[in-house]
Amino acid sequence: MNLKAKKLVEYMAMLVIWLGLVLLFGLMSHNFLSERTFVTLANRIPALTVVAAGMTLVLIIGGIDLSVGSVLGLCGAVVGLALVNFHLPFWAAILLGLGVGLGAGTLNGLVSVGFGIPSFIVSLGMLEIARGLAYLTTNSQTKYIGGAVEGLSTPVAGLAVSPAFLIAVLVVVAGQVVLSRTVFGRYLIAIGTNEQAVRLAGINPKPVKIAVFALLGLLTGLGGVFYTSRLGSSDPNAGVGLELSAIAAVVIGGTSLMGGRGSVVNTFFGVLIIATLEAGLAQVGASEPTKRVITGVVIVGAVILDAWRHHLTGKKFMLLKQLFSRPPSSKSTP
Amino acid sequence: MANAGPLHQSEVRSSAFTRSGTPPEGLTPNPASGPLLQVTRLQKSYNVPVLVDFSFALERGEVHALVGSNGAGKSTFARILSGLTDRDGGDIQLEGRPYNPGSKREAEHAGVIMVLQELNVIGTMSIAENIFLNRLPRRGGFLRFVGLHNEARQALSRVGLGGVDPSTPAGFLGVGQQQLVEIAGALSQNCRLLILDEPTAALTDPEIEQLFENIRQLQKEGVGIIYVSHRMDEIRRIADRITVMRDGRVVATHQAGDVTPAELVREMVGHDLPERKKSVVERPVGEVALRVRNLRAGDQVRDVSFELRRGEILGIAGLIGSGRTETLRAIFGADAKDGGEILVGEQPVVIRSPADALRAGIGLVPEDRKQDGLLLPQPIRVNTTLSTIARHANAGGWLDTRAETKTTESFCGRLQVQCTSHEQTIGELSGGNQQKVVIARWLARDCRILLFDEPTRGIDVAAKHTIYQLLHDLAAEGKAVMVVSSELVELMALCDRLLVMSQGRITAEFTPDEWTQEKITQAAFSGYLDQKESAIAT
Repeated sequence: MNLKAKKLVEYMAMLVIWLGLVLLFGLMSHNFLSERTFVTLANRIPALTVVAAGMTLVLIIGGIDLSVGSVLGLCGAVVGLALVNFHLPFWAAILLGLGVGLGAGTLNGLVSVGFGIPSFIVSLGMLEIARGLAYLTTNSQTKYIGGAVEGLSTPVAGLAVSPAFLIAVLVVVAGQVVLSRTVFGRYLIAIGTNEQAVRLAGINPKPVKIAVFALLGLLTGLGGVFYTSRLGSSDPNAGVGLELSAIAAVVIGGTSLMGGRGSVVNTFFGVLIIATLEAGLAQVGASEPTKRVITGVVIVGAVILDAWRHHLTGKKFMLLKQLFSRPPSSKSTP
Repeated sequence: MANAGPLHQSEVRSSAFTRSGTPPEGLTPNPASGPLLQVTRLQKSYNVPVLVDFSFALERGEVHALVGSNGAGKSTFARILSGLTDRDGGDIQLEGRPYNPGSKREAEHAGVIMVLQELNVIGTMSIAENIFLNRLPRRGGFLRFVGLHNEARQALSRVGLGGVDPSTPAGFLGVGQQQLVEIAGALSQNCRLLILDEPTAALTDPEIEQLFENIRQLQKEGVGIIYVSHRMDEIRRIADRITVMRDGRVVATHQAGDVTPAELVREMVGHDLPERKKSVVERPVGEVALRVRNLRAGDQVRDVSFELRRGEILGIAGLIGSGRTETLRAIFGADAKDGGEILVGEQPVVIRSPADALRAGIGLVPEDRKQDGLLLPQPIRVNTTLSTIARHANAGGWLDTRAETKTTESFCGRLQVQCTSHEQTIGELSGGNQQKVVIARWLARDCRILLFDEPTRGIDVAAKHTIYQLLHDLAAEGKAVMVVSSELVELMALCDRLLVMSQGRITAEFTPDEWTQEKITQAAFSGYLDQKESAIAT
């Protein structure tokens, strides 16, 4: 089976799992299988989708970014400030929001790569810093913005989905194409697999790594814009805990936390699964604590399933073979 | 299970024996007669058969060498004996009783201990903890350090490391001493059958002597030893019998004195290897490709100057730790330099990173393929084009997979990389084929100066020969080739010129007419002698 077919099978498997989940909730609640559910779903996920797409790339190089929730909040706050207090035009406010996200991401990358500090720690610091700044810029108050930003999250006439959703899907497709079809993507996978070998192959991994964090920052900024537009106001508490949902979505999509392996499309399915679970459980009347327990079980279950699948396709087995250096293929072809 | 006393051990041991049913006591053959280990028609396959009707016997106090190409089934056999792998069929008797270890632990309780080819030492833990890792003495969950260190001292003195403090972190030891620590760990258990898989791969000559002394001591105690190695000279020195394996079968078993290395190699590969003679074809040696002047880097490279010409194979001999690897790494920009000049052709070049080196046309095939060279879970194609990936893309950074495949086919084909397809994961290839892919990567990058660090380490005899031929071909094409190797015989067969390093300096240079093993070895030790003399003088 070639790589393309393998990838397709993986997509189909994720799709089937998601459809199964939808069906399950459909059976449990008569109201679930309605247009309204799916429209709500589509308008709820754009922010998480773009952040998780960027997070996929960061996990692939073996890094992590815990600051995305706070940075998203900060970007939303900045957009609100620009529109309400400075009366900047819509496009300028959005550019400012994206810029703040890009800056925060770049800073994460520069500090962790430049000083050789694990990105876990650096982004943990950024998590606090960005949230603090979000409170400072908004005076800890939610700002009502109104119609200026809501357009992004309002379903387009004739279509059931919003521009934000369309942009998010576009980001997913672009992310996957970059990952699997470009030199940059190849570097990401190579760095995540064996950074030392990449360096000794004459490639400087540092700029690539910084760029990935910067890209995630930019996408987080976009997420902040989406979030603000959905609420119609900028909330300094926006995105609390979002980093965990994003990482969960990426991991459910089968991206390895050890780096070197992952797929943006599967991350999108991960987002769908999490959002569907959330909506479905609410529909069947599960309490908030119950929802959290079930979501947690699903996350761990997905990772176990993934590990088991890779075990079956022989990857783990191969590792054992490597450890004891018995080459199986030396006599396969003359 | 906190305190596994001798009584408990024997219980576990008998349970290892009884898994396929022990015959009643009266019927058991007298354990004192018959071989220590009798293997009959062992079968094992992983998709392809790995062991086919493999029969083998080991006497008490015997060193029985097992030789064969990689993939011949030696490691699988060792793993079955040490309980790491299940067999498909066949019978194993240890001291006349059926032996079916279900795990490494059971095998060890039965006295069958394996020291692996690759080091298992945990660098941050003390030597003592490493030796007793699987049976740390404890009381109520707390380690008993006094007992631990006393026992560790005893175990260490058995392998000639009596002067080493057992509380030292094992990572502070050299690779050779770490290996001895592992062997000490094996010996400190009730060992009746010791399996050594390439035990000397990382050892220097004095350490090898120490190891051989230990082996002889164990022989006197009646321990049977299975010695897996590629190194013919050592095998002939230490082994009583030699069994040659090929494709999972026994080809022949010889008394060690009755067979020459050439015969063994012939049996291993199944056909005659062409004789490797130095400079069979005189290659025209061209202009100077690389000049290194007064290179200094860290403690290991103190002052190195040499010239390397096109069409030449230049070797660096020396003891482990003499600065050979570090010299190559410093030239390649993998490690920082403290001083010195590098000229490619007539052009001075500044090399601060491997990227700079590649731009200057210098490629390094590193000593540790898996850690420094390969993306193990990735396909051959991705590994081959890693350094040229930008050339396999158009202006927008879009990859051209077809061009990648073409490059891979062209270079891996030329080097005869054996694989099912170029999309095969490189981790599944044998060491020799993995090495070829690393070389293919540099050829694709048109490197004109190629530095090889231990190019045949952990590679089977037949693949070694292909690598030698390849180096000759590269030189014949006008590439400048430099080889670091710990095998003197290899360097003497391969090189047109030889530098000897000792204590971070080049202490001698030889041409094929001048060199002898003795002269080279003397030069390799000279740096250490000088140092002692000067220490006395001051």
